[in-house]
Amino acid sequence: MTDISTSTDVTEQVPDVPDSGTGRVALSPQASELLVRLTDIHGPLMFHQSGGCCDGSAPMCYPDGDFKIGGQDVHLGDLTVAGLEKPIGFYMSASQFAYWKHTHLTVDVVKGRGSGFSVEAPEGVRFIIRSRLFTDEEMRALGDV
Amino acid sequence: MAIYAAPGSADSVVTFQPRYDHYIGGVYVAPVKGQYFENPTPQTGQTFTEVARGTAEDVEKALDAAHAAAPAWGRTSTTERANILNKMADRIEANLEKVAVAESWENGKAVRETLVADIPLAIDHLRYFAGAIRAQEGHLSQIDEDTVAYHFQEPLGVVGQIIPWNFPILMAIWKLAPALAAGNAVVLKPAEQTPASIHVLIDVIGDLLPPGVLNIVNGFGVEAGKPLASSPRIRKIAFTGETTTGRLISQYASENLIPVTLELGGKSPNIFFDDVAAYQDAFYDKALEGFAMFALNQGEVCTCPSRALVQGGIFDEFVAQGVKRAEQVKMGNPLDTDTMMGAQASNDQLEKILSYIDIGRQEGAKVLTGGERADLGGDLSGGYYVQPTVFEGDNSMRIFQEEIFGPVLSVTRFSDYADAMKIANDTLYGLGAGVWSRDANTAYRAGREIQAGRVWVNNYHAYPAHAAFGGYKQSGIGRENHKMMLDHYQQTKNILQSYSDDALGFF
Repeated sequence: MTDISTSTDVTEQVPDVPDSGTGRVALSPQASELLVRLTDIHGPLMFHQSGGCCDGSAPMCYPDGDFKIGGQDVHLGDLTVAGLEKPIGFYMSASQFAYWKHTHLTVDVVKGRGSGFSVEAPEGVRFIIRSRLFTDEEMRALGDV
Repeated sequence: MAIYAAPGSADSVVTFQPRYDHYIGGVYVAPVKGQYFENPTPQTGQTFTEVARGTAEDVEKALDAAHAAAPAWGRTSTTERANILNKMADRIEANLEKVAVAESWENGKAVRETLVADIPLAIDHLRYFAGAIRAQEGHLSQIDEDTVAYHFQEPLGVVGQIIPWNFPILMAIWKLAPALAAGNAVVLKPAEQTPASIHVLIDVIGDLLPPGVLNIVNGFGVEAGKPLASSPRIRKIAFTGETTTGRLISQYASENLIPVTLELGGKSPNIFFDDVAAYQDAFYDKALEGFAMFALNQGEVCTCPSRALVQGGIFDEFVAQGVKRAEQVKMGNPLDTDTMMGAQASNDQLEKILSYIDIGRQEGAKVLTGGERADLGGDLSGGYYVQPTVFEGDNSMRIFQEEIFGPVLSVTRFSDYADAMKIANDTLYGLGAGVWSRDANTAYRAGREIQAGRVWVNNYHAYPAHAAFGGYKQSGIGRENHKMMLDHYQQTKNILQSYSDDALGFF
C-alpha cells in the first residue's frame, strides 16, 4: 500500500488528486486505499464532516446509515473508490457548509489517534481534510448543492 | 523552577504501569478480546504504556458492575457521599505532583498548568459538589389543606460518560463529581489519546469508592464508546467533544429515550474596546495577557479565545504588543516548570493544526507570528509542538469559523460596538467570550448581547466551581461546573400525599 505521510510540510498539504474533476470533495490515494480496507471490516461507509471541539473540524467515517442524515445536512458529493461497488457519500451540516462552501476538500489520512466514533481510529490513522480555495470560475460552475 | 524527571526514569515522581486493564467493580479486569493499544506521550512521541482496547463485551461487564453497585450507592446518605468526595479531594491534594506530572506526560501540556490549574481545579470541584449535595434540599408544596406534593431528588441510576483528551483528569472530575454526589454509578470511557493518567488517579483514590460505583472502560470510540452511548442500560449519557459525534450520541440517546448533556466546543471571540488602552497601566498589561490566552493548554480548550476582535483606534499598537506577548510564550520541556506551552496531544491534532495554518495562508490571512511546527530538539524532536501563531484576517475566513484546537489566534478589527457584536455573534458556536473595557456599561451590554454561555469580563480562562459553564447555539446542552449540574444527574420524584380520611365521592 501507499505509505501514509508523516510529513508536516505545509507547502505540500494538498495532495495531487487525479481526476478530482469539478466536485467539491475528493480522496487522496491513501484515503481511497484505507476506505477499501475499512469497507472490508465495517461494510459500506459514509462521511460526515464534524465541527467544534477536540476532534472536530475533521471528517467522521461511519458505517453507512449509522449516522442519520437529516434536513439540516447537505450532500457534498459521492466519492468513487476503485474496488468498491458503492460510492461513499460525504455530508456536512448546512450551517457549517455556509462557511466552507468556497473551499475544495480532499479527504486525506495521517498517522495518529483519532477519536469520536470514526471507524479508522483503531487502525492507528486518522482522516483529515486538506483544503484549497475554489477559483471564481469553479464556484460559478459548481452552483448550489 | 524545577524540572521533573520523565516518567520511566528512576527518580520520577510517578510510575506508570507497563499495561492498564479496565477498572471494573473496583478491580482491574483484562479485556474480553485480549487486545491492547499503545499509548505514546505527546512530549516525545514515544510509547510509555499499553492500554486495554475495550469492546462491547467489556462495556457490558462494566454495566453489570455499575448496576450491582447503583442501588446501595443511591441510598447512601448525602453526608456519606460528600465525605467520600472530600476524601478523594484530600488524597489527590496529597499526591498533587504525582498526578500533575502524570497528566503532563499523558497529554503533553506544561506541568506548570497541571500543577496550578488542572489538578487543583479538580480537587476543588470534588469539594464543591461535596458541599452542594449536602446543602441540596427537596421542595414541598401544600396543594390544599390535606394534600401535600413532596419533591425528592433521586439519582438516575447508571450513567455513561465520555471524556475528552484536552484535560483528561479535570474533565473526568467535572463529570464524575456531580454524578457521584447525586448517587449515580458511572461507566466512564476516557479518550483514546489520553487513556492512562486516569489510572494514576484511580491508584490514588480507587479504594475510597465502593466497588462498581466508578468503572472505567478504555478503548476506541467506535469499539467502546459506541456500545456505551447506545446501551439501553444507561439512564443518561454525558459527552464532551465535537458536533458530529454529539449528534450521533444524541441519535443513540433518542433510541433509548434518555437525556444527554453535550459540550461541543466553540470559536470564542475575545473583544478589546479602544478604552482598554486609555492608560498604560496594570489593567492594560492584564488585557495583553488576555490576548495571549489563546496559548493556554496549547489552544486545546473548547473556550480558547481564538478570535481576537480589536477596535480600530488601538488596533495597530495593541495587536503589535499582543503579538510580542505571544512571542514571549516559552516553549520547551513540558516537565520544566518554566515552560509555558507544551505539546499538542496527538500527531493527528498536530497535522490538523498545520492544515488550518495552510488554509489560513491560502485565504489571504497574514501571519503576524509563528505559523510553523516547532522542533525543540533532542528527545522532544519526536513530539508534537506548534509555534504560537497569530493571523490577521477577516471573520468570514475558515480560520475564524472553525475550532482549530491549537495555539492559533485569528485577529480582526471592528469599528464600533455594533460591529463588534455582529462579528462576535457571527459564528455557529456560543461557548465562551471575552470582553475587555474600562467602561462598565459597555462591558455589561456586550456581555448580555453576546450569544455565549460564558462571557468573561476583564478576565479570561478562569474556571472556578460555582460559575456555570456551558454552551449556547451549537456548543452544547447543559451547564457544568455548577450545582445546577446536579439536576442533570437526578430525576424528580413527586409524592402526592393526601392526609384526608374522606372519599372524593366520585364512585
